Amino acid sequence: MSRYKVSFPHLGNYYIPLEILFTEGLEVDYIIPPSVTKRTLELGTRYSPDAVCAPFKYTLGNFIETLELGANTLVQAGGVCRLGYYGELDEQILRDLGYDVKFVNFAKTRISKPSTFYDKFKEINPNLSLNRIAKILPLVLKMVEYIDEIEDYVRKNIGFEVEKGSFDSLHEEFLESLEKVRTKPELNNTYQKYLNLFKGIKLKKPKRPLMVGIVGEYYTIMEPFSNHYIEKELAQKGIVVDRWMNVSNSLLHRPVKKVREHIKNYAKYDMGATSMYTIDKTLEFAKKKYDGVIHVKSSGCTPEIDAMPVLQNISSDHKIPILYFSFDTQTSDTGIQTRLEAFYDMIIMRKEKDNE
Amino acid sequence: MKIGIPRALLYYKYHYLWETFFDELGIDYIVSPETNKEIFNRGMENAIDEACLSSKIYLGHVDYLIGKCDYILVPRVSNYGDQGTVCTKFQAIYDIVSNTFRDRGIKILYYNIDYRNSDTEMKAFIKMGKYLGIRRVKSIRAFTIAKQAEKTAMIMDEKHQEQLLNLDKIKILIIAHHYNIYDKYIGKPIVDYLRDMGTIPIIGDIANKKEALEKSAEISETLPWVYNKELIGSIAMYREKVDGIILMSSFNCGPDSLVNEIILRRVKDKPILNLIIDGQEGSAGIETRLESFLDIIQFKKDDYYVKI
Repeated sequence: MSRYKVSFPHLGNYYIPLEILFTEGLEVDYIIPPSVTKRTLELGTRYSPDAVCAPFKYTLGNFIETLELGANTLVQAGGVCRLGYYGELDEQILRDLGYDVKFVNFAKTRISKPSTFYDKFKEINPNLSLNRIAKILPLVLKMVEYIDEIEDYVRKNIGFEVEKGSFDSLHEEFLESLEKVRTKPELNNTYQKYLNLFKGIKLKKPKRPLMVGIVGEYYTIMEPFSNHYIEKELAQKGIVVDRWMNVSNSLLHRPVKKVREHIKNYAKYDMGATSMYTIDKTLEFAKKKYDGVIHVKSSGCTPEIDAMPVLQNISSDHKIPILYFSFDTQTSDTGIQTRLEAFYDMIIMRKEKDNE
Repeated sequence: MKIGIPRALLYYKYHYLWETFFDELGIDYIVSPETNKEIFNRGMENAIDEACLSSKIYLGHVDYLIGKCDYILVPRVSNYGDQGTVCTKFQAIYDIVSNTFRDRGIKILYYNIDYRNSDTEMKAFIKMGKYLGIRRVKSIRAFTIAKQAEKTAMIMDEKHQEQLLNLDKIKILIIAHHYNIYDKYIGKPIVDYLRDMGTIPIIGDIANKKEALEKSAEISETLPWVYNKELIGSIAMYREKVDGIILMSSFNCGPDSLVNEIILRRVKDKPILNLIIDGQEGSAGIETRLESFLDIIQFKKDDYYVKI
């Protein structure tokens, strides 16, 4: 293999820091996966087992699309739910399809043995320099945090922009400038500049706007195509959309101990994967008197299904409405819109009643 | 004082251990009956729609026990250390039960297995004893005896199955979780049917666990879930000796959705039937599929002898 052309499935906008990690840190080419579309899902669905959760189908589809673009090395993450076994089946399916590809599966690493991670990076590039990675890693992680911070601000305010489209176009511009960043001062400058620009966007926000919190499963909540752009739909109705789940909060600053303390009246144990965060944030939104919570997951996601009896109890204890969405490959836009409309009407009515 | 034990999920794996433990301590217990229509329906009513069939049935059994005992044994298992993890359902089941039935005054017995946080099986039993007001020494003694009883029972099952494997009849290896294969609403009708048809069902779950775990890597290297590893390892152990394999899963089983696909793609030397049981349809559909599967196996066998 002459040159490593590496790729990793799409997840929100994290492809930008990932590209920097791979090109600058590991000195390989990085193929940015095409944005997730209907085709991604169709490809993935065609070659996946029926009963598997939707993120498997999306990421498999994404792998095939990147192979079409010339990728020859694919990276898959490990995880604590079914995700922990995605990689081995991905690789098998791609081999059976005839792709000659190097597959680097991080499910083979062990947190208790850091050297296994080094081995995996070595598979991506045998001549890698740890120095280079160590040098670029802080930039990559900081960039993830900045992306998350900005997007958090966008979600909370985009519904109130005076001039339609100002947030979206500035967001796009922000991402484009991030792609060119290679040093920490550059990153800080870009961040500061855009933060100011975002804060300068004119808003028409009522004193007490409708507030909706979004909780749920890792992939579906972060990859907008897979949740049918639900955050946008909400924002367009003039709602503050609050979503805690992102890579910075759940991976870089895991608040495990705190979360377990918060939710101990509802869950004695860690119920697996993202369920603890789902419960914790729902409870927090409830206590902060949000108007509603939306729970999103891919159909059949076990840890999130298991969190639902807890959410139902929180909903009845705190009198907060929760709308449950389960996305599969067949979900239609109209169905979602109808349910969102109904939810919106309900929370508006509740609010008016409260104000009386 | 009376303990209620739901006859579902981990019951089938651990009932020797649990029952002997309570017997030794002289603690009274009640086991819910085999899954029946009423239990099944109660499970459906209590569970989240999308949950897997096995966990829905479990909630039906818990429901049955409420009001008939003082504590209900709902084992929570997170992992078995280096051997691997389990489906997150077992991690969550304690809290699923306590949230689903919280308004009905349910009391759940302490039981937590989490080797990575040094909650070993022995520790779980000592703590369970403590929860019931039993002294540590007494609990340890009862646990040791229970462990011995469990081991003996498992060896006897294994030996019996090894004899079956040597019979000159059509043998079908069934790969299904313990809580599915032995459940009256999921696996039992299939095992019975295979017997009625004159074939010998071989239960993957009976294979020696230690050997199966080691052998599982021959088929799959990164499989995280212990119960699936044991099953896939039993394929590696028995594949030469059986004529066909049935992969039997309960509807919406997370781990099986991936593992079955790996088996189908990697085990090519035997006919495989992939059955998903949803508990709703009558037996006719499944029997037709089993019948044609057995036909295929018979044809293959005949063909083989013609060639010789």
